[in-house]
Amino acid sequence: MWDNIMVLTVAPVFNVQLILDGLFVGAIFALAAYGLALVWGVMNVKNLAQGEFVIMGGYFAYVATQFEIHPLLALIPAFVIMFGFGWAVYKIIISKVIERDLFTSLLASFGLALVIQQALNLVFGPEVQTAQSGMKVRTILDGNVTVSDIRVLSFVICAALAGAIVLFIKHSRMGQAIRATSQDPRAARVMGIDTEKVYAFTYALNAAICGASGVLISMIWVIQPFYGVPHSIRAFVVVTAAGLGNLPGVIIAALGLGVAEQYSGFVLGAEFQQATVVILLILVLMWRQYQMNKIRQVVQ
Amino acid sequence: MSKENYLHVAFIAFGVLAPFLFPNYIFQISMLWIMILFALTWDTLGGQMGYNSLGNIIFFGIGMYICAVVQVGQVYDVALYTSPDGASLTGNFEPEQYYTGLVLGIIAAPIGCVILAVLLSQVFFGLRGPYFAIGTLGVALAAGELIGAWDYVGGGGGIALPVFPGEIGTRNIFFYYLCLISAFSTYAFLRWLYQTRFGLALNAIRDDEGKAEAMGLHTKRHKTVAWCTSAFFLGISGALFGNMTGFIEPLEVAFPTITFGIFMVAMALLGGKGTLWGPVLGAIMFHTIKELTWTHLLGWQWIALGTLIILNVVYFQQGVLGWARDKWPEMFGVTVDESMSTSSSKETAS
Repeated sequence: MWDNIMVLTVAPVFNVQLILDGLFVGAIFALAAYGLALVWGVMNVKNLAQGEFVIMGGYFAYVATQFEIHPLLALIPAFVIMFGFGWAVYKIIISKVIERDLFTSLLASFGLALVIQQALNLVFGPEVQTAQSGMKVRTILDGNVTVSDIRVLSFVICAALAGAIVLFIKHSRMGQAIRATSQDPRAARVMGIDTEKVYAFTYALNAAICGASGVLISMIWVIQPFYGVPHSIRAFVVVTAAGLGNLPGVIIAALGLGVAEQYSGFVLGAEFQQATVVILLILVLMWRQYQMNKIRQVVQ
Repeated sequence: MSKENYLHVAFIAFGVLAPFLFPNYIFQISMLWIMILFALTWDTLGGQMGYNSLGNIIFFGIGMYICAVVQVGQVYDVALYTSPDGASLTGNFEPEQYYTGLVLGIIAAPIGCVILAVLLSQVFFGLRGPYFAIGTLGVALAAGELIGAWDYVGGGGGIALPVFPGEIGTRNIFFYYLCLISAFSTYAFLRWLYQTRFGLALNAIRDDEGKAEAMGLHTKRHKTVAWCTSAFFLGISGALFGNMTGFIEPLEVAFPTITFGIFMVAMALLGGKGTLWGPVLGAIMFHTIKELTWTHLLGWQWIALGTLIILNVVYFQQGVLGWARDKWPEMFGVTVDESMSTSSSKETAS
């Protein structure tokens, strides 16, 4: 561990590599986390199947490579099909639990996560997969830092997609309805907004965003049927740290998480990379609690 | 004798005689008692107190590891034992060494778990509702990863526990009765606990924590003690399970978050959470169905499990016992007052 830290101080150029990799991956985390923040803020549903949606999206790209189609082209079918899938999930499961207490929706989506994981495992097998994009890998800074084109491209796609979604929420009719529903569902209903449709659309949009981010993840990283849980936890870490409806916060937190994971993976060893996410979650929760305690007056 | 006492007698009779009646299924019936213990201890928080933990399995795993380390450590150096050179030491336990180690381990495991529960309470009981569920899920996942990276306890390779000095049949019956005793004492303790003021306090926290605190209830203290109770019995079950399987490793055996960790929630929900008999009933149903169908489902068993959880949560949240109580309230000693009937049915459904 100390050796690795020494490496970072002696050769600062490694830091550049870690930070760049972290930012590229973190941008994709931001996308999935934004989807969660949307569902959480609008419907008050904690979707634990978030990571599984991401992994499902990833398998679109994987299937595309099996047919020798460029995985980037899988973005569109992944977005569309995951949108439909999200809509169906909403109609079958989430609409039944949305009025109930929070744990119900959490557990229902956890059951859904189990089903998706295992279905993917049955169809694709438990091997770790990656979708080869076949793009060039460049080296910068005297060959010490490698940057593959696909990572840069996925970063750009992330930014474009996030921008498109923000514009959509801000300016489209449906986006206005979503914002109105998130502020006050009852008033929105009185004003003639079909909140049921808004909820279905929000959930479907979230699934679609996750699908798209999954395609990107599968190209720059790896996918495996059971890698969804860390993705769900990452999304929760980011949203909990940033707070709901705080888009800049979500982006910063996600990029930070990406970098933190790269660092812990390098310094402590790859086996700690997943534990880092979980420990960060606990730290974020503790920090939130500390903040709450400052304003809370305790009886005892 | 009341109806419940007939049930008690029936259970004790079955429990004591089962190894002789069904000698081929001793392991499965031992697992049934452990499952009942799981469901009961989950329900202490999830059902009675309204704090739905997805990570109670951490006490199971920690108990298992504490017991293993104590068992090994009283004779050998643990680091040597778990290293590749120590592979031959597994069988080298004298009978008295084995039993001393086992007894010490089974005592140390719940104590360690209670200490852990007190520490975790400091962090987690500030969290409410879904935050608590996600936080506990996170800590259970992290525990598996961290233990897997700790070479002293064997890391990802795990520990082979001392071999039982005796026949394999004796070993099975020995651990069977230990499981039986631990499950029955869990039941008896919780049954007593829910009848005291403490049980009422837990229900008050579930119904409205803010009001309970405003009424002068020390909610934090009650929550901590309730979690310690769960942790205590889960620690014992972990110690027993580790010795029953004979080999422990972090991800599949000690911290199986997506198997046992979810089973306990599923069982308590299936039987009806927030009742004493609900988790017992749920565990029996779940375990029986699982043992009968699991191997015939050919890989679809996990999908069936997920679907069961979804159906259970979405369409059948009150569970079997809750449903029965709605259907035949008089059998549960609930007298329906017509003027109050709407509110009471709402209460039982929640």
